[in-house]
Amino acid sequence: MSVGRSAATPFWLAGPGALLFLGLVVLPLVLTVILSFHVYDHTTGIKNEFTLAHYAAVFSDEYYLGIFWRTLRLAGLTTLICVLIGAPEAYILSRMRDPWRSVFLLVIIGPLLVSVVVRAFGWSMLLGSTGLVNQALQGLGFDSVRLLYTETAIVIALVHVMLPFMVIPVWTALQKLDPMVEAAAWSLGASHFTALRRVVLPQVSLGMLSGSLIVFGLSASAFAIPGLLGGRRLKMAATLVYDEYMHELNWPLGATIAIIVLVANLVIMLAYNRVIETRARKALG
Amino acid sequence: MQKNGPIALLFHTLVVAFVLAPLVVICLVAFTPENTLSIPTTSFSLRWFREIFRHPDFVASFVNSLWLATLAATLSVAISVPAALAIDRYEFPGRDALNALFLSPLIIPHLVLGVAFLRLFALIGATGSFGWLVACHVVVITPYVLRLVMASFTGLDRSAEQAAMTLGASHWTVFRRVTAPMILPGITGGWLLAFINSFDELTMSIFVTSPQTVTLPVRMYMYATESIDPMMAAVSALMIALTAAAMLVLDRAFGLDKILVGQK
Repeated sequence: MSVGRSAATPFWLAGPGALLFLGLVVLPLVLTVILSFHVYDHTTGIKNEFTLAHYAAVFSDEYYLGIFWRTLRLAGLTTLICVLIGAPEAYILSRMRDPWRSVFLLVIIGPLLVSVVVRAFGWSMLLGSTGLVNQALQGLGFDSVRLLYTETAIVIALVHVMLPFMVIPVWTALQKLDPMVEAAAWSLGASHFTALRRVVLPQVSLGMLSGSLIVFGLSASAFAIPGLLGGRRLKMAATLVYDEYMHELNWPLGATIAIIVLVANLVIMLAYNRVIETRARKALG
Repeated sequence: MQKNGPIALLFHTLVVAFVLAPLVVICLVAFTPENTLSIPTTSFSLRWFREIFRHPDFVASFVNSLWLATLAATLSVAISVPAALAIDRYEFPGRDALNALFLSPLIIPHLVLGVAFLRLFALIGATGSFGWLVACHVVVITPYVLRLVMASFTGLDRSAEQAAMTLGASHWTVFRRVTAPMILPGITGGWLLAFINSFDELTMSIFVTSPQTVTLPVRMYMYATESIDPMMAAVSALMIALTAAAMLVLDRAFGLDKILVGQK
């Protein structure tokens, strides 16, 4: 179809979209990087002078370091729990028969399409001081526990939101696995556990790794969950940026933190691409 | 096919309960007749659904979000189809870079995009404009559309196009009468997925909406940080119902597992 057509055709076809993306992705990001070097004065606002002070402040002030540390810790914990729940669940799903298999796959990954505000709100109702979890605890004769506005609440809700991103890659890896291989291991005398550990696990470990990278990246930049379940005091990186922009009005400092989040995320995604490439190379033999 | 043991099934039941718990609780609490967040046991009431209509700001945000998602998804399809055609069918310098540019919003956190849009709009004096908000949403949802449209181009049987061409059809006629009908499922699926993603978007929008252009998720977020009452549950239940309906359509038409599993 390309034969006999002008070499300019692809540029006409993709041009409008490319212009939009250059103007609304590349340009704003460059402007934000520049903004993070601007001097900020609390009375006069953003000044036309440049400084590294914001980066220095973020990396030396214990307040910011504490929030970064919490962000990494909670994202790491969320990733770990997602592996521990998501991988076995994907394995169980893959061993089900249709129609149950399709139905439950839909149940597990469908919530991906429900707004994260809605899901966060659901958890704040469940975990609140008079919420269902505390009512159940009291009904069983235990003392009520404070869950809402704690790190526990953030992690529970993050796991809920991120679980599909772990189940999907593990599920995809399992689909490529011939169930007969596992059966062969059994018939050669391997126990169920050994077959799982030595035959199934190596095949899905790449799926688990790529799922982990996505979950970690998304958790570390999550906004709605820490915003609604962490309250005003338990901040993570994204809610910190929001506060700097909307409440402190210190845009250069907010931009600095946003750029740090972006760079960290890009590093993770590059690692993710490496994983995918390794997998592709393995598949080719 | 091996069967799952009782421990596996128990684990599975717990996971499903965990996944559904917050959604089920929302849908139950939405029907409470009480003033507090409680699960109705004896009587059900629609009072909190009626309460939504006494909040014109919520209704306005809902209408605003509907328009925004419809326009953004449509524009995104209008950009993605020719772009996918160019990337799939032509060899040209910068093709890989172009593809990477179109998919880049997937690896940039929405938070960073929101901050970046805000800076641009502050500089060009476009803060609070609905048109620019639509453009922001187009950028965020286009990767999803592009991937589905590209997938349907890749899976296309080219011989029908060649046959039409041999019979004297022009390029435009071939595209309109042969190619377009074949990629229509990909386009429709992409449009719906884009619509849902745009309708649900919070983190980027919260930076670039003005009081006049507040979307429903942003309005809900603001409301939920101030106070929590059963009306939030009613609004959330409506959103769950809307999403479930869109999911059913997507699932019937393409298989939701294919769209979502292929997504990442």
